[in-house]
Amino acid sequence: MSPSHRDRALGWVLRATAALVAAIVVLIVAFLVVESAGVLRKLGPLRFLTDPSWHPTSGSFDLTAMLLGSLLVTVGAVVLATPAGVASALFCRYYAPAPLAKLYGRMIEVLAGIPSVIYGMWGLMVLVPLIGKWQPPGPSLLAAVLILTLMILPTIALFSDAALAKVPDRYVRGAAALGLTRWATLRGVVLPAARSGLFTGVLLGMGRAIGETMAVLMVCGNVVQTPGSLFDPIRPLTANIALEMGYALGDHRSALFVSGLVLMGMVVVLVGTAELVSRGRLHG
Amino acid sequence: MAERAQPWGDHVAAVFIWTAAAVVTSVFVWMLADIVWNGAGQISWEFLTAPTDDAGRAGGIGPILVSTAMILGVCMAVSVPLGVGTAVLLSEFTGTNVTFGRLVRRSLDVLAGVPSIVFGLFGNAFFCHVLGLGFSILAGGLTLACMVLPILIRSTEAGLRAVPNEYRMGAAALGISRTSALWHVLLPAAAPGIVVGLVLGVGRAIAETAALLFTSGYVDRMPGSLFDSGRSLSIHIYDLSMNVAGGSANAYASALVLVALLVPINAGISWVADRWLHRRLVR
Amino acid sequence: MIPPAAPPAHTPASTQSRVLAAGARPMVEAQRVSVRYGKHVAVEDVTVSIGRQQITALVGPSGCGKTSFLGTLNRLSDLIPGCEVAGRVSVDGEDIRARGFDLVGLRRRVGMIFQKPNPFPLSVRRNLEFPLREHGVRDRARVAEVVEQSLRNVGLWAEVKDRLDAPALALSGGQQQRLCIARALALEPDVLLMDEPCSALDPLSSGVVEDLIGQLRAQYTVLIVTHNLAQARRIADNVALFWAQGGPGRLVEHAPTEAFFESPRDPLTIAYVGGLRG
Ligand SMILES: Nc1ncnc2c1ncn2[C@@H]1O[C@H](COP(=O)(O)OP(=O)(O)O)[C@@H](O)[C@H]1O
Ligand SMILES: [Mg+2]
Repeated sequence: MSPSHRDRALGWVLRATAALVAAIVVLIVAFLVVESAGVLRKLGPLRFLTDPSWHPTSGSFDLTAMLLGSLLVTVGAVVLATPAGVASALFCRYYAPAPLAKLYGRMIEVLAGIPSVIYGMWGLMVLVPLIGKWQPPGPSLLAAVLILTLMILPTIALFSDAALAKVPDRYVRGAAALGLTRWATLRGVVLPAARSGLFTGVLLGMGRAIGETMAVLMVCGNVVQTPGSLFDPIRPLTANIALEMGYALGDHRSALFVSGLVLMGMVVVLVGTAELVSRGRLHG
Repeated sequence: MAERAQPWGDHVAAVFIWTAAAVVTSVFVWMLADIVWNGAGQISWEFLTAPTDDAGRAGGIGPILVSTAMILGVCMAVSVPLGVGTAVLLSEFTGTNVTFGRLVRRSLDVLAGVPSIVFGLFGNAFFCHVLGLGFSILAGGLTLACMVLPILIRSTEAGLRAVPNEYRMGAAALGISRTSALWHVLLPAAAPGIVVGLVLGVGRAIAETAALLFTSGYVDRMPGSLFDSGRSLSIHIYDLSMNVAGGSANAYASALVLVALLVPINAGISWVADRWLHRRLVR
Repeated sequence: MIPPAAPPAHTPASTQSRVLAAGARPMVEAQRVSVRYGKHVAVEDVTVSIGRQQITALVGPSGCGKTSFLGTLNRLSDLIPGCEVAGRVSVDGEDIRARGFDLVGLRRRVGMIFQKPNPFPLSVRRNLEFPLREHGVRDRARVAEVVEQSLRNVGLWAEVKDRLDAPALALSGGQQQRLCIARALALEPDVLLMDEPCSALDPLSSGVVEDLIGQLRAQYTVLIVTHNLAQARRIADNVALFWAQGGPGRLVEHAPTEAFFESPRDPLTIAYVGGLRG
């Protein structure tokens, strides 16, 4: 084969490869849709919100309690992890002495790579008994929120750090020249300048929280109910899929794919928003 | 008034930030110490190689490690060529079709955000049922391959983008085909990025649990082939701590093995990436 | 071969006859060549003929389109996104911008040296072997022979013969540039395009490379971009002045070196060369 033919062939092979890769997302959505079509067509989407309870084997498909579970856990984790994550990034960049900052940064990276099953196991073995001693039973919304906070904190911290790194040094020096204290500089100049980057990090952390399965599954108690307090067990959508997919058949299986579709929709919205926010920064 | 309030706020902020860092650090240390403390006692050559026994309460994790390695092997064997190919297309053949490139990038962004349990659903429906692979190492590995692609592609692309354009111009001016330039010059020069992507991908794949629950399955026997079901280390930990009464000792030991595999990977990557960045800056 | 029709009005007055003997076949010819980057016109309407086995220096202020023009002669401009070329370019009488023209062959015949030395991140030996193999020279003895000969031609053999397998990037800047020249010469080109080959080098290496270029005249047609008028005067047979006055770059004057410096015709050349004399 002549070189130019080879180049052209390579171009087509690579294009086919990329098309295949791009098709995965389409396939995922397609399979979720196809697999959930059965029950959706039979019952209509509304039944998933209006049925009295989640008893899929006896034809009752209410997802609201689990949707609420997912949302509560996510919101709780984001509320706790955002200040802690941003504080971690500020600590690295503006407070800690250089060697400590470096060490701390490494630690955050390692935390980001620890598998969710490890967080879950630690939560189950250590955190849940602690909570149980204080406010039984132990496996609870609170436990899930705390473990998820730990899990998404590195995401938020790493994105915040990247956002802070992009703030031009002269802003900081300019503020210092005006005699502003460190915190006034950070609050008045640096954080606003890094705002969209911070927001992107929080959105991606939120996406991670909604989609997290194992860690939550292991500490949340897995009772399908609307929690009355922080100490009540709950069951989020993801945990439900993991628990029931092993034996689900027919409409039940189909209903689990419906919840997958719902999860996918939420994540796409979050990723899309994050994209818009971070692109807005390029223009602004 | 305002003048006095400011330094006060400054102190509060400093205390809050130092406290947050201290809390995060102590939880990290607590978690690691707990795993090492409870897990180290059981670790032995015997534990690493022996078959599991009594649902995992007794025996070792030999078959589990083999299954994990096989799943990882399938995952990487499939994702590396696809990932590197896509990255090459995105960074080297951009001029050809802009909208196509943008489409691929968009779908990768979404793919990177798909929850692992959704990958599990997809893998179960597509690989296990439609392709008829059943619960098997092959199905699990393929599912993970879909999952790690965005990571691989991003790092490889970053690696290629860091290759000076002079090499491309120089090769073209010598009448060297794009294919050869890629193979002999550009990809080797982009190796650090590819390595970082590979290691990150391996890290992500070893860590994964939810996507494997309904694709590679639970079976804890030694797998005979890629078509057998095989239990990964992460699923083993999950199962021992959640479903097996009296399994916590071995759960801790397995967790320690998993962490021991992952921590050096994650620490090593930032080291490689740092050095690579440094070299790029000084050169 | 019949020489192409008389060049259009924009050609600098009567320079052609001064540079090329009547009836001589030019090696490189550009006719009404323009280069655009998107909407920005970098080079407009350049018509020039370059004789065989001569060194032609392209001079002119930065940004007047010298690099852009050079890129049209081996179609390296194809690689730059948004870059469009118009006009006719021929090498040895063949229209290189024709559809389906053999680019690999073209670039083998028209070598290029860049401002910044750009050896591949491979060993010294592999830097020479790799392009050779690409162009089908596979016989080991033959490859080794060409490697040695090319290195000798650029005076690098004595310096690197003991470290042929060391990374090329470990060589000094001047050695790297000579390696790049050797790499181009190994393919036995007819034409060498050199874009400010000395400007990234220290004065000593620069002198070595300049001497080397001077020796190339015997075998190759050389187009060299330089900002150093003294250098152009020392090594070039002909000099072409490019100039961009607010708008796109144009060819202002093309004359034998002696005439270019001693009796320039265009007022711009007079001013430009005057800077050197005064
Ligand atoms: N890749 C490019 N994209 C857009 N404009 C370019 C590019 N390369 C060169 N130019 C523009 O074309 C003009 C000529 O540039 P160049 O050919 O590099 O001049 P010279 O080599 O004489 O300094 C300049 O105005 C420059 O800004
Ligand atoms: Mg130039």
